[in-house]
Amino acid sequence: MLRAGLAALAGHWRRHPLQLAMALAGLALATALWTGVQAINVEARSSYARAAALLAQDRLARLVPLVGARLDEADFVALRRAGWLVAPVIEGWMPAGAARLRLVGIDPLTAPPGALALPAGEAGGLAGFITPPGRFLADAATAPAAAAHLPGPVAAAEGVAPGVVVGDVGIVQGLLDAEGQLSRLLLWPEQPAGLPAWQAVAPGLRLETPAAAGDLARLTDSFHLNLTAFGLFAYVVGLFIVHAAVGLAFEQRRATFRTLRALGMPVATLVALSLAELLAMALAAGLAGVALGYLLAGALLPDVAATLRGLYGAAVAGGLALRAEWWAAGLAMAVAGTLVAAAAGLVRLARLPVLSAARPRAWARASARLIGGQAAAGAGLLALALGAGALPGLPAAFAAVAALLLGAALVLPGVLAAALAAVAPTARGPVAGWFLADTRLQLPGLSLALMALMLALAANIGVGTMVSSFRLAFTAWLDQRLVSELYVTARDDAEAAEVREWLAPQVDAVLPIWSVEGPLAGLPGEIYGVADHATYRDHWPLIAAMQGAWDRVAAGRAVMASEQLARRAGLAPGDALVLPGGVRVEVAGVYADYGNPVGQVLLAADRLAELYPQVERRRWAVRVAPAKAAELAAGLAERFGLEEGAVVDRAAVKALSLGLFERTFAVTAALNVLTLGVAGVALLASLVTLAGMRLPQLAPVWALGLTRARLARLELARALMLAALVFAAALPLGLALAWLLLARVNVEAFGWRLPMHLFPADWGVLLAMALAAAGLAAAGPARRLARLRPAELLGVFANER
Amino acid sequence: MSASAPVPQPSAPPSPGGHRAGRGGPAAAVLVAVLLGAAPAGGQGFAGLGSAAGDFALPAPGPFDFPADHGPHWDFRIEWWYLTAVLTGPDGSDLGVQWTLFRTALAPGRGEGWQSPQLWMGHAGLTTPDRHFVAERLARDGTGQAGVELAPAFRAWIDDWELAAPAPPAPGRDALERVVVAARGMEFAYRLKLEAAGPLVAQGDGGYSVKSAAGQASRYYSQPFYRAEGWLDLPEGRVAVTGLAWLDREWSSQPLAPDQTGWDWFSLHLDGGERMMGFRLRDGGAGYTAAAWIGPDGVAEALPPGALRLTPLDRAEVAGRRVPVRWRLELPATGLDVTVAAVNPQAWMATLVAYWEGPVRVTGSHPGRGYLEMTGYE
Amino acid sequence: MLLEVDGVAKTYATGDGPVAVLRAASLALDAGQSLALTGESGSGKSTLLHLVAGLDRPDAGRIRVAGREVGSLDDAGRARLRRETVGLIFQQFNLIPALDVAANLAFQARIAGRHDRGWCDALAGRLGLGPLLRRWPEELSGGQQQRVAIGRALAARPRLILADEPTGSLDEATGEAVLDLLLGLVSETGTALLMVTHSLRLAGRLGGRVHLAGGRLQPC
Repeated sequence: MLRAGLAALAGHWRRHPLQLAMALAGLALATALWTGVQAINVEARSSYARAAALLAQDRLARLVPLVGARLDEADFVALRRAGWLVAPVIEGWMPAGAARLRLVGIDPLTAPPGALALPAGEAGGLAGFITPPGRFLADAATAPAAAAHLPGPVAAAEGVAPGVVVGDVGIVQGLLDAEGQLSRLLLWPEQPAGLPAWQAVAPGLRLETPAAAGDLARLTDSFHLNLTAFGLFAYVVGLFIVHAAVGLAFEQRRATFRTLRALGMPVATLVALSLAELLAMALAAGLAGVALGYLLAGALLPDVAATLRGLYGAAVAGGLALRAEWWAAGLAMAVAGTLVAAAAGLVRLARLPVLSAARPRAWARASARLIGGQAAAGAGLLALALGAGALPGLPAAFAAVAALLLGAALVLPGVLAAALAAVAPTARGPVAGWFLADTRLQLPGLSLALMALMLALAANIGVGTMVSSFRLAFTAWLDQRLVSELYVTARDDAEAAEVREWLAPQVDAVLPIWSVEGPLAGLPGEIYGVADHATYRDHWPLIAAMQGAWDRVAAGRAVMASEQLARRAGLAPGDALVLPGGVRVEVAGVYADYGNPVGQVLLAADRLAELYPQVERRRWAVRVAPAKAAELAAGLAERFGLEEGAVVDRAAVKALSLGLFERTFAVTAALNVLTLGVAGVALLASLVTLAGMRLPQLAPVWALGLTRARLARLELARALMLAALVFAAALPLGLALAWLLLARVNVEAFGWRLPMHLFPADWGVLLAMALAAAGLAAAGPARRLARLRPAELLGVFANER
Repeated sequence: MSASAPVPQPSAPPSPGGHRAGRGGPAAAVLVAVLLGAAPAGGQGFAGLGSAAGDFALPAPGPFDFPADHGPHWDFRIEWWYLTAVLTGPDGSDLGVQWTLFRTALAPGRGEGWQSPQLWMGHAGLTTPDRHFVAERLARDGTGQAGVELAPAFRAWIDDWELAAPAPPAPGRDALERVVVAARGMEFAYRLKLEAAGPLVAQGDGGYSVKSAAGQASRYYSQPFYRAEGWLDLPEGRVAVTGLAWLDREWSSQPLAPDQTGWDWFSLHLDGGERMMGFRLRDGGAGYTAAAWIGPDGVAEALPPGALRLTPLDRAEVAGRRVPVRWRLELPATGLDVTVAAVNPQAWMATLVAYWEGPVRVTGSHPGRGYLEMTGYE
Repeated sequence: MLLEVDGVAKTYATGDGPVAVLRAASLALDAGQSLALTGESGSGKSTLLHLVAGLDRPDAGRIRVAGREVGSLDDAGRARLRRETVGLIFQQFNLIPALDVAANLAFQARIAGRHDRGWCDALAGRLGLGPLLRRWPEELSGGQQQRVAIGRALAARPRLILADEPTGSLDEATGEAVLDLLLGLVSETGTALLMVTHSLRLAGRLGGRVHLAGGRLQPC
């Protein structure tokens, strides 16, 4: 009985292979996008985890300099000789050809127990590791490239973060030109009893807890949340396809089900058979989806890695490991998605009465009734979105986005029906009237695909508006910030002083770019020194400022705070801020500092040097007539023998920044296009499946005197009209989404608010794309209709339905 | 060792590949094992540290040069400052303390800062009749974290542990005559003032101590006459103690014979004022024993190999091993026939490479107290 | 002659090879006449009707409707024939589900450009559809639906009504009533009627009968 039942059910798919292909494609695509995004997230997170777990920094507190990046090795010895169990770490970037290597130097002898999850050195062991030229450890992908730039052999080691090379502390100090300096001291988790306070031994240090050390994961959280949201969004859009295809299949097989029931098959068996069929589909599509997702992730990961490196300095492996958990998670998502998409159908099947008149349009009519309920639920969600949009916090912002999108999707069929009903009376001619009425009748069948299309279009408009607004703001901001014609980096403070002396008589101004790192309002921050110069007064992009703000800064009593810092710490002009070391200053103004996850303040340069005498004074910004800039740069390089990259002009800095920006949003753009593609497939799937069901509705019209060609044109026109209507609905939705992204999500996730700009030309392109997608999706069924043999249309009249 | 074992962990058991030159052997073996990575017994695995002494200096007979010989001998591969003390608490209980600083060279000589090829390791133990505390420290040479210096006064240290003379010696006095020893672990600390009541004693043949029939040897002297006074910090509080202490100084460059699997080493303070040092190197056969009988005046008599007879009487289950914790010692030439019993059978040094080391009580012909070290029991 | 069918042949490809449904079928029907087309199931009655309606093309032979050679018309020409000259009534009614009863009734007349509101109202009244005009097809009973279909066919004032088992889906009483209405309207409007039926009793109520067997027509 089972086999016979299964054969009867499967027969449907044999007769409707396209429908089967659509269901499978939808599921595979949904799984692929979800898996791909998850794979990227997992890979990136595992990279962070490895970076954090290296030296157990995810578990260990550490002592770091009060300000600045380095501490004196003497502090290490002093603490050890006072009985404190601390381990030295030196970390820094080393140029390696065009790229850089993150060098981490450790002392294996004092490392906390279990902190070095590194392989036992096979050749040479400890002696080889610490004896010059030393041995190094890196992950398998980094090791070969790193070897060319390091004095000793590099062994591949699991557990080292990508792009990171671990070596002995003494040898790494030498490579980084940092003899006698350390980045931090790791505190062993257990310390002997009765030690003197560490503050008394090393007053220049401060304690950093493991939580604070997890900055990378925290900073990148918002980025990954964005990716996850996109993945989930694509997944949902994919499920729309599955739901449409599976729902139709259930409906079309009603007669089969009923017959099987009448022939004595228990309803439970029937449901079980359907379930088995669905699971088989889910597994097949899921496997394909995971494989596709893997390819997708592999294609996107380099961009993601570049984004993360550029935005957060986070190293992420460019290669992808095929992990068993993806297969499991991907298949689970496919199965879960299938069951969700088919749940309604299964419930209906379980409740199907044995005896009931065949009413092929029952489903459509029920769906039509659903439209009202959906619209009500959608309106509720939109109200919810309004409420959540007003609440603080990233989760609330995302909740608002989700409620907005889902609510709008649910309202869409009702809105379209209302729109069609509204224009129906104005229809001229019977064909136009029939066209509009028939379109309305089709809405339930197409509504899922139309929702998917609208969501994809809205996401496109929203994200596009955000990215373009960001680009405008960013470019304008760069133009404001990058005022100086040349940027010079000397090899050391002494040379920098000489450079300044040499430059001073030839240029308008030589402005310091000095900075130290230190905690601001309890989070990592940067303190920059600025000179009192018109360059800042006239150009610096201030968001808010007190009266005479720059004068206050010049006097050394006040600072300018970056927007991120101000938002995080709730600072406004006039508020007080404590600088590292305990100096209180006033916040004179707040400025935009896009693209920088770390909080920043500007302090008068001489005050900076006074408060933090260890500050490096190697960099200058040079104001000079633009025409003289190139000549001056050449002169500088020749006079001081500066290396390439030590003298950079404004255009180069700007190009670098914009390049970084473009990379940052490359992934977003790619996912955007993919989502639109999925929506296109959803529309195609719906139109193709509906085309088969539409013959009974079209045949009478044809019989009454319309040609097949005209009917086909009408079908095409219908798809285009719907796409245009959907676009009209998607436009306000997309703009609302853009507003939420710019004014809520960006502020919460990154700490900056961007002005929103509108880009009507982009909308035109998108409308054209939507029409093209709808046209392409409808073209196949329409062409088939135009070429349909009369016999097939006549079949409608002959068949007992 | 698994593939993800921490870098600095030793990868070989102590005895077969380690150095051995009297007491202190196991710890030296640790460092060598660390240096050789997973290299097999004998230490041939690493260039420059091969089976022979390589570029390192070789011990030779001859007089000592004090105070210079109290300091490091950078050109020898291994060296230690090894102190044990048998102490009595206010309630009369038997207590014991160990303080050891090992030096191991990856290459002869010193270098600048982190580049110095010398490594330091400290072991501290504190034993009561029912508890045993252990601590261990590792350090690179060249940063100041650990070292041994002679001027202005003798000072050996690693982290906050030290064995140091509080002041330069009076003219004509030995630099180690008055020293302080201190160490600290997670749950314990101690600090003892030591004052020598007798002269330094050269072990073996005028300080040239042969360690195997094949001729391996070391330079070896002791200060077995310290009187100790100070305090121990235990979890429940501070305890005042007095007692006797014994310092061994030894350096060498040569590995053990390949078939030597472990050893049992005794240092005894006898109630009559004599001191006795004796050891047995175990191998597949009868083993190699040697002993020294030191009179209360510091005159030492080196007894020939085989003169000392050692018989295990009882074993105890310690850290999953069966370790002899009661012995019969016979040295017929001196009329010694005693039973040596561990004060605390569980005196297990759970350091990178583990061994047994703790105070003992001596009964029989020559009652007294002492220290026992045993390695290589699996 | 309003309708001339002369030596029409039609072969369909089936799974078992080509089947010659019509071999050399001929008939003629004049304005105002009614003719029943009978035959066994599968004898080709519906096929012949579809060919006459211009829904499909014959393989051989000639079909002339109102002086026009149907076989020589292109798609658009045949669509026009269906719109303007012919009224079709199906066994399954084939109302347009998107349109209400009134719109269904007027649909063909409208697309033929001959909508006559008075005539439509008259038809609705004559067919008893007055109270149903704002209802939707799926809300109607079979008999009601077929009455709408008859009205739709007559609304454009065609010269020829082609009916394919118009009462085949209805119970006997309803079928009789519907047929009464159809025949009454046909005679009132002077429209010619070609009706496929397998019922000799129903056939007997028409002006003549031809029987289709073996792909050929025999007058009875």
